[in-house]
Amino acid sequence: MNQFKDAGHLFRFAGLFVLAFLVFLVVRHFVVPKSFGEYGHYRGAAIGEIAALPIHYAGHQACESCHSDVADLKSHGKHAHVNCEACHGALEKHAEDPTSVTPKLPDTAVLCARCHTATAAKPKGFPQVDPEQHSSGVPCQTCHQPHSPAVDAGGAK
Amino acid sequence: MNGVEGYMYPNEISLFWSILIVLYPYITGLVAGAFILASLERVFRVEAVKPTYRLALLTALAFLIVAPLPLVLHLGHPERAPEMYFTPHSTSAMAMFGYVYLWYLMAVLVLEIWLDYRAEIVALSQTSKGILRLIYKVMTLGSNNVSPRSLHIDEKVGWIVTLVGIPSAFLLHGYVGFIFGSIKANPWWSSPLIPVVFIFSAMVSGVAGVMLLYMAIMKLRKQKIDMQCVDTIAMYMFYIFIIDFSLEMLDLVHRIYEADESFRSLDFMVHTKLYFSQIVLQIFIGTLVPLFLLFLTQVVKFKEIVRKRIYVLCGSLILISVFAMRWNVVIGGQLFSKSFLGYTTYKVALISKEGLLVSIGLMVLPLIILAVLLKLLPPWPEKRPQAAAAD
Repeated sequence: MNQFKDAGHLFRFAGLFVLAFLVFLVVRHFVVPKSFGEYGHYRGAAIGEIAALPIHYAGHQACESCHSDVADLKSHGKHAHVNCEACHGALEKHAEDPTSVTPKLPDTAVLCARCHTATAAKPKGFPQVDPEQHSSGVPCQTCHQPHSPAVDAGGAK
Repeated sequence: MNGVEGYMYPNEISLFWSILIVLYPYITGLVAGAFILASLERVFRVEAVKPTYRLALLTALAFLIVAPLPLVLHLGHPERAPEMYFTPHSTSAMAMFGYVYLWYLMAVLVLEIWLDYRAEIVALSQTSKGILRLIYKVMTLGSNNVSPRSLHIDEKVGWIVTLVGIPSAFLLHGYVGFIFGSIKANPWWSSPLIPVVFIFSAMVSGVAGVMLLYMAIMKLRKQKIDMQCVDTIAMYMFYIFIIDFSLEMLDLVHRIYEADESFRSLDFMVHTKLYFSQIVLQIFIGTLVPLFLLFLTQVVKFKEIVRKRIYVLCGSLILISVFAMRWNVVIGGQLFSKSFLGYTTYKVALISKEGLLVSIGLMVLPLIILAVLLKLLPPWPEKRPQAAAAD
């Protein structure tokens, strides 16, 4: 017994560890979301919450149902595979209420340069220019029709 | 582009890991090294280094408390830090750090310091006044038993804790090296030798740090430096440094001989961007000079004052060298492009979340914590109060 008496302080230290561990378990019980680990190392309920977020993008089918002329023009040009909202931005609200929500036209001098500014990282065949040298700030649509950008297709009207 | 030479992929231009990530292995290295010095006395019975035993433990604790701060500052969102404990991710080495850290802090350092100081803590809880008395009372955990038998048990358990502490110190710092060594996508880091090199450089920096602290504190306290102790520390520092340097050179020679597809790019980087920090600072000034001076102290009988000056110079150079080594690993590994065709530049900001001032603050903070610990738990033999034999 005496041996245990002289080691009593060690049991107190060990008790402190056990207590800390129990507190940890209690705190963990409350702070770790219930659905954590349901599918993987994340909160399972996050999937439902993300799915319930409001939709911002309408999708190109919604655009094409009204703007069939633009869709037609686009389908013959180099931008055939570029989605409408990649340039025009998220337009779900416009698709829902086309009359009162009017989208702003993008500034082509800024927008086009985003993809077509020359860098060494882009494939050689990709059309790329130094915007300053190429147009000196003149909007691209002066010469290029954005929906079918080859110069012979004519500028935007 | 400013600061970029040749071709860099866009996501390589700005460095993700800043000077704070340089500090993190540096600080944990000091912890591991200080603990290894303490274990020299406790486990390997090198009695000559006894005057630094407690100082080494308290230094290790002070630096360990600060060790996660660079990471927290770098990542932001400190409120998310406990999540690595609450939802452990067993396949992520980084996520496992929390457990390695907690084990080393609580099961090794705090326990060993508590066991070693218990008799004094009990005595101080009886003789101190005011808030200090309360602090010491809490630290006794309500047990005033300082009977010879209980102290004997403490001694035995303390020995076991130190024994467990040695692999734990290796684990803590080996882990930090593992984080870099296991990144197979980066040829500058990816090497199984990196964890071993990290451990030995950690040991040498921690030993140098405690030696310098011991000499500085003795000077401040106007007390005589125990030269036998400092001579022995310098001797061990010399031996460990030789192993560390040999391993680093082995890694270098291996890279040169292997000369894989990254070699030309890395070789160019070492001769340009890293020339000063690696060749000049780390290898020449920080390694060869102190190695030569320490070698001289081993073969020539210098006067005490000369030896002291050599040790201070070597200790400081070693600390600079190990910091340069961490810098060259962490920053160097991000300066070259994965295309092996270009290099970027890293410039430390002065005032920012990850800037120079914050880094200096992070290096000063452990010293402030150490000063508080030294006040609270004086390691000096003449300050040891006698406990009233009570249960």
